[in-house]
Amino acid sequence: MKFAFAAVVAVVGLCISTAAMADGAQDMGAGAMNRGGPYDFKGGQAIYTNVCQGCHMPDAKGAVGAGMYPALAKNEKLETAGYPVAVITHGQKAMPSFGTLLNDQQVADVVNYIRTNFGNKYKDKVKPEDVKAQR
Amino acid sequence: MSDAKTGSMSRRSLLHMIGTVAGSTAMYNAMTEMGYAQESGYAGPPKLGAVKPGASVLILGAGIAGMVAAMEMRDAGYKVTVLEYNGRPGGRNWSLYGGDTYTELGGFTQHVQFDPGQYINPGPWRLPHHHYGILHYANKLGVTLEPFQQVNYNAYVHNTNVNGGKPKRFREVQADFHGHVAELLAKSTKQSALDQDVTKEDQAILLEALRAWGALDKDMKYVKGRASSNRRGPLVDDGGGLNSLPTYSEPDSMSTVLNSYMWRAIGWGHDYEYQTSIFQPKGGMGSIGKAFGAALGNLITYNAKVIDIHQDDKGVTATYIDSRTGGAPQKASADWCICTIPASVLSQIPMNVSGKMKAAINAIPYGAGLKIGLQMKRRFWEEDDRIYGGLTYTNQPNAMIGYPMWDYFSKGKGVLLGTYLMGAGAFVASAKPPEERIKDALEYGEKVHPGQYKANFECGVAVAWHRVPWTLGCSGQWTEAAREEHYNNACALDGRIVLAGEHISRLPAWQEGAVTSATDAMTRLHARVMSA
Repeated sequence: MKFAFAAVVAVVGLCISTAAMADGAQDMGAGAMNRGGPYDFKGGQAIYTNVCQGCHMPDAKGAVGAGMYPALAKNEKLETAGYPVAVITHGQKAMPSFGTLLNDQQVADVVNYIRTNFGNKYKDKVKPEDVKAQR
Repeated sequence: MSDAKTGSMSRRSLLHMIGTVAGSTAMYNAMTEMGYAQESGYAGPPKLGAVKPGASVLILGAGIAGMVAAMEMRDAGYKVTVLEYNGRPGGRNWSLYGGDTYTELGGFTQHVQFDPGQYINPGPWRLPHHHYGILHYANKLGVTLEPFQQVNYNAYVHNTNVNGGKPKRFREVQADFHGHVAELLAKSTKQSALDQDVTKEDQAILLEALRAWGALDKDMKYVKGRASSNRRGPLVDDGGGLNSLPTYSEPDSMSTVLNSYMWRAIGWGHDYEYQTSIFQPKGGMGSIGKAFGAALGNLITYNAKVIDIHQDDKGVTATYIDSRTGGAPQKASADWCICTIPASVLSQIPMNVSGKMKAAINAIPYGAGLKIGLQMKRRFWEEDDRIYGGLTYTNQPNAMIGYPMWDYFSKGKGVLLGTYLMGAGAFVASAKPPEERIKDALEYGEKVHPGQYKANFECGVAVAWHRVPWTLGCSGQWTEAAREEHYNNACALDGRIVLAGEHISRLPAWQEGAVTSATDAMTRLHARVMSA
C-alpha cells in the first residue's frame, strides 16, 4: 500500500535537503538563513573590492604562499576580454565559478573594471550579451 | 575475513587481479558484490602485511591524510619521509591559541591574544560519531574527546526583520513549525484529503503520530496550552510550592513561522553528519595533528615548500625550498610517493603524471570558508541567556554564532565562534582585512546579544580560507559532472605516485575523507609495491 506522507516530507524536506559540505556546496546549506548570494554589488569597483580582492588582493598584484594567486595588475592575458569573462563565469583550476553569483551585467562590469585599472589599459568594452554568450 | 575460494583462485588474489587490471572502482564493485566492503568506507586501519625490504615512500604534506599514511606505512616497515610546508603538523587540523601569530596571504598578520585555555578551530571542529577513521586515530593517539553540541534547543534563531529583531529560542521555532505542519496534515486527513493515499486504518495511526510529533491538543490543534508549552517551553518555568501555577506560552501563527524563514535553521542537525553524537578533541582540534606529529617525530621535515615532483622508473624525487627563507633547492627521494598537497596548490607544481591525472587535479575548485573567534571576558551566553554550547543562527552576514563547548559554568572567559561562513558570504568577508571582519562580527553579534557582546569583547582572530597560504581555499569542491569525468583519474595510481586527501574522497572538507582516502591510497600502493 502506498503511504504518501509526501506532504510532510516535502515541507520538512525544504529545510533538511542540503548537506552543508556536499558536492559543489556554494552556499551554507541547511543551517543558513543568510545565503550570502547572488551578489547585489553594483559596478566593477564594488564587485572587485567586495569579492575579487579576497584572493587577487586590493592592489591586484596577487599573492604567493605554497601556491600563488596570479596578479591581475599589468596582466597581458587580459588583452582578450573573453578570457577573464570565461574564467569568472566558469572558474579555472582551483578558482571557483562565479557564474551563479554574478549576473551578466556584473561580470561585464568587473571585467571592464579590471581591464582599465591596475596598469591595464584595454579600450574595448565587454557587454552583458558577450557574457551571456559565454555561459 | 574468510579465505573463501572462488574457483581455483583465492578471493584475495582475484581482487588483486581485478584491482591491477581494471582499477579501484572495479575492485570496489567486486568487493561489494563479494561482501567485503562496508558502506561506511572505513573498515579499520589498513592491514598492509609484509613489506619489501628497503621499500621507501615519500609523503608530501603532514595533514591528516599524509600523517595517517606515514604512520601506517612506517609501522608496516616502509622507510618514510614526509615534507610539510608549515612549521607544524596537522594542516587544516589546526587550532589557534594565545601567543600564536598567523599571517594570511597579502601579508595581513594577526597576533592571537586569547587567554590560556582559550582557542578557536579555524578549520574542522566536529567529529561525527560515524567518522570511524578519524575517531580511530584520535583514540589511538590518546586524544581526549568531549561532546560537541550541534543542536541546542535553548540557543537562538534570529532574524533582524522578524519579531522586532528579537531572537527566538530554537525550540520555539522548531516546535511551532512542527506543530503547525502536524495540525495541517491532521486536518487534511480528517477532511478525507488523503484518502487516495492512506488507508482508513493507517489514517488512525497517522493522526496519533501527528499528535505526538506536533504536540497537538485533544482537538488536534497546535495552540497555546499544556501540549505545546511542553514542547516550546512554558512562559515561566514550573517550580515547587505555592508559586507554581502553570503558565503556557503563545505559539506563533503558521504564517509568522513561514515568513520568518527561521525554519531554515532547524534542519541542519537532522543531516547525517550533524546528528548526535558528535565529538571534539579537548583543548582544540589541533590536538590530533599535534599528537600525530609527536608520534612521527623526525620523519617530518617542516618548512618545506615543494616546487617540483618528478618520477622515473626508479623512484620519485620532490624538490623543495625553505618555505620561510627560500634558499637553495633540496631534494627528497623514495621509491614511491603519496601526495596529499591540496589540488589548489598541486595544480601549480610541475609533476610528470598522466594527462588524465593532471586534468583531474585541474578540475577541483576550492571552496570559500571563514571563521572568526572572539574572546569574551564573561560567559554571558551562559550566565544571562542559559545557552550552553551549540549554535545560534541569524540572517545577518555572520550566519551563526557558536558557543564554546567546554568549561561550562566556569567563571572565566570564553571564545565565541562569531562568524562561520562558506560560499558566497565567505568570499565577501575574505575580501576585507581581518580587523574589519572582526568589527563586522561584533556588530552582528550585538544584534543577537544586545548590551552583552561588544561590552565583553576582548580580542579576536579571523581566518579566511582563501587567504590561507598553504591551501588557497577551504576544501575541494566536486560537481557531479566533474566526479563523473575525473574522480577515478584523480584516485588512480599514476606510475609511482598516488594522491590522497579530503579532495580525493567523497567526504570533501571532512577529516574522515582524508583518513579514508589515505587508507585507500596506501592499500593500493602497497599492492602495487608487492606486485612490482
